[in-house]
Amino acid sequence: MSTTANNTGNENAMATTTEKLGTYLEAYSELIANRQERDPVWLRQLREDAWQRFYAKGFPTTHDEDWRFTNLAALDRTPFQRAVKGSVTVSAEQIEKCRVPGAGCRLVFVNGHLAANLSELSNLPKGLEICSLLGAIDCGMIGAAPEDCASDGIEQNLGRYANVRRDVFSALNTALWEDGAYLRIRRGAVIDQPVHLLYVSAGAGAEIMTHPRTLILAEPTSHISVIEDYVSIGDEAAFSNAVTELVAGQDAVVSHFLVERENLAAFNVSTLRLELARGANVSSHSILLGGGLVRNNVHPVLAGEGAECLINGLFVGAGRQHLDNYMLVEHAQPQCSSRQFYNGILDDRARGVFHGRIVVHKDAQKTDAKQTNRNLLLSDDARIDTKPQLEIYADDVKCTHGATIGQIEEEQLFYLRTRGIEETSARNLLLYAFAAECLDRMNDSPAREFVASLIGDRLTDLALNHQVAPSAAAVKEETQSWEEVG
Amino acid sequence: MALLEIQDLHASVEGHEILKGLNLTLNAGEVHSIMGPNGSGKSTLAAVLARRETYEVTRGRVLFNGKDLLEMKPEDAACEGVFLAFQYPVEIPGIGNAYFVRSAMNAIRKFHGQDELDAMDFLPLYKERMRILEMDEKLVNRSVNEGFSGGEKKRNEILQMAMLEPKLAILDETDSGLDIDALRIVAKGVNAMRSPDRAFLVITHYQRLLDYITPDFVHVLVDGKIVRSGGPELALELEDKGYGPEADVPQALPA
Repeated sequence: MSTTANNTGNENAMATTTEKLGTYLEAYSELIANRQERDPVWLRQLREDAWQRFYAKGFPTTHDEDWRFTNLAALDRTPFQRAVKGSVTVSAEQIEKCRVPGAGCRLVFVNGHLAANLSELSNLPKGLEICSLLGAIDCGMIGAAPEDCASDGIEQNLGRYANVRRDVFSALNTALWEDGAYLRIRRGAVIDQPVHLLYVSAGAGAEIMTHPRTLILAEPTSHISVIEDYVSIGDEAAFSNAVTELVAGQDAVVSHFLVERENLAAFNVSTLRLELARGANVSSHSILLGGGLVRNNVHPVLAGEGAECLINGLFVGAGRQHLDNYMLVEHAQPQCSSRQFYNGILDDRARGVFHGRIVVHKDAQKTDAKQTNRNLLLSDDARIDTKPQLEIYADDVKCTHGATIGQIEEEQLFYLRTRGIEETSARNLLLYAFAAECLDRMNDSPAREFVASLIGDRLTDLALNHQVAPSAAAVKEETQSWEEVG
Repeated sequence: MALLEIQDLHASVEGHEILKGLNLTLNAGEVHSIMGPNGSGKSTLAAVLARRETYEVTRGRVLFNGKDLLEMKPEDAACEGVFLAFQYPVEIPGIGNAYFVRSAMNAIRKFHGQDELDAMDFLPLYKERMRILEMDEKLVNRSVNEGFSGGEKKRNEILQMAMLEPKLAILDETDSGLDIDALRIVAKGVNAMRSPDRAFLVITHYQRLLDYITPDFVHVLVDGKIVRSGGPELALELEDKGYGPEADVPQALPA
């Protein structure tokens, strides 16, 4: 079963790995052939190194400490295919439903490829450069239209932060990415309206994999808010393996929203690598509502003195959803502060994981790091594994962590009901109150309103779920379990 | 027709019978007080009337406005006009006071086919009633009862009652834990709500509250039954002489 820890010798282990990773090898060979002419040398090298890393290691198993609570067997054995550009068409109406009210501009990717006709890039504010990453590289190669897509930050930054040695998913993405968003916010530019990056998986009868790659360069003292949004059209299984590198320059202020609202058959691994320069202030908000098997990696490195990072999240799971949050907060410089707050709501047989790792390097004196994970379990079969992990190599630091697991209190429910609020609404109110802690940590903005409404809808479903007829519950039983298929 | 008619009510908690054949009739416009020693069933009566599901009614019936109250869910009873001021008001982090009360008012309005109130209509009314209860306006947006002092919590119950305007208000030991100033303020709030259309059931352990809220009737509840009824003078007598021989008998109460 396992691709590592195999005692039959290296050769056999390699053979097993090779066989299993066949569809990935195929995808890589195709991609390399396609891009041979157009990828610059540095990029080809980047892909090749990453590919070798991935191919040698394969997917992790639950023997791997970082994956102890998440079984990837179902992912491993599904033969995902890369999607050919243009093989699926998505209508403007379908995209309209995913719109973020109040967003400024929007880039839409369908199965990993830019859908220029669905994107909205008119009236770009001054100081914001946004285009597809592939477009920027291709333009750079032929020396075209530098103001539309200046590619000069890409070579220095792409792949510099995501760790392909440690993380095979980052390696896989780095090898196989076909497109994604490239944003550069010029020094001092203040972009008021959030940018919407919409990544759509649209099944075409096959199980599609995509490896969206996003690069965001926020130059010193710039302000920006970006929503990275994963949706499905249709109910086919798809695998999204996204990597975002976000580099915040000195005193830049950046908010990043990850919204996972794919269908319940989706596999989604997303890795957000944040690099904070001196005085930078970055907020990461992860809102996980959909997806069948979701791994949300957030990895900020506070690399400049006085940087501040908020790592805020809400995960809501029902049915057989498995939502795994892996936080790695690295304090590399003194006087930085980080705040992690994750709230989880789990119903039915859903399972959640919160792994909060804080590493304080030896130079990072006066670090102030805090971590809180609160969970609400709505059924006896729901489960949360929460694990704090502190590694502190400096001697003058303040680090705290705490986790709670609870249920909806009958006392609160009764109190609300005695005031005339019917049971489902009362339950919904209490769920929303718990979830709203996450909203309270976001600045007032269209992005906040957008996620608030998504959360509201999801929780209404959950509250109603507690009154469903037995037949509907039975249907749910038949859906796949990520644990049991292992 | 009586507003509330309780006939031969028997109720149990976890298999222990607490109410053992209680009879009581309240008419609109009346204030009744129920007094009695600890464990006599006062709070059980309040909980049954508010439809708490952990209390099992084993016999008897309760008519509210001619309807079978025991068939109602807590929210239905509330919408029909039953209000319970809790002995221990519940803290609800994350839900703002004003938002909560407006949601409750609108749930009740909806039940009666009335239009919902928007924040603009609601807030001035809410703040005005807060002033009567001498509550700090800062509490408007604070989470329900979270971090409130004991007195603030009890006043908040009365504030909710004033907003929801029930037909029957049950005050479950609202006086417990209140200092004399808070007691006076709470009583003022209750007295302001006395009306020919409304009845009160004031459950208390002490006569003190009844100095401020003068009842029309006083009932003595001992071991799950009403053993005496009388006018306000009965409260004074009880204060003087205790609950009488029935209450002094050691009772086979659950351990």
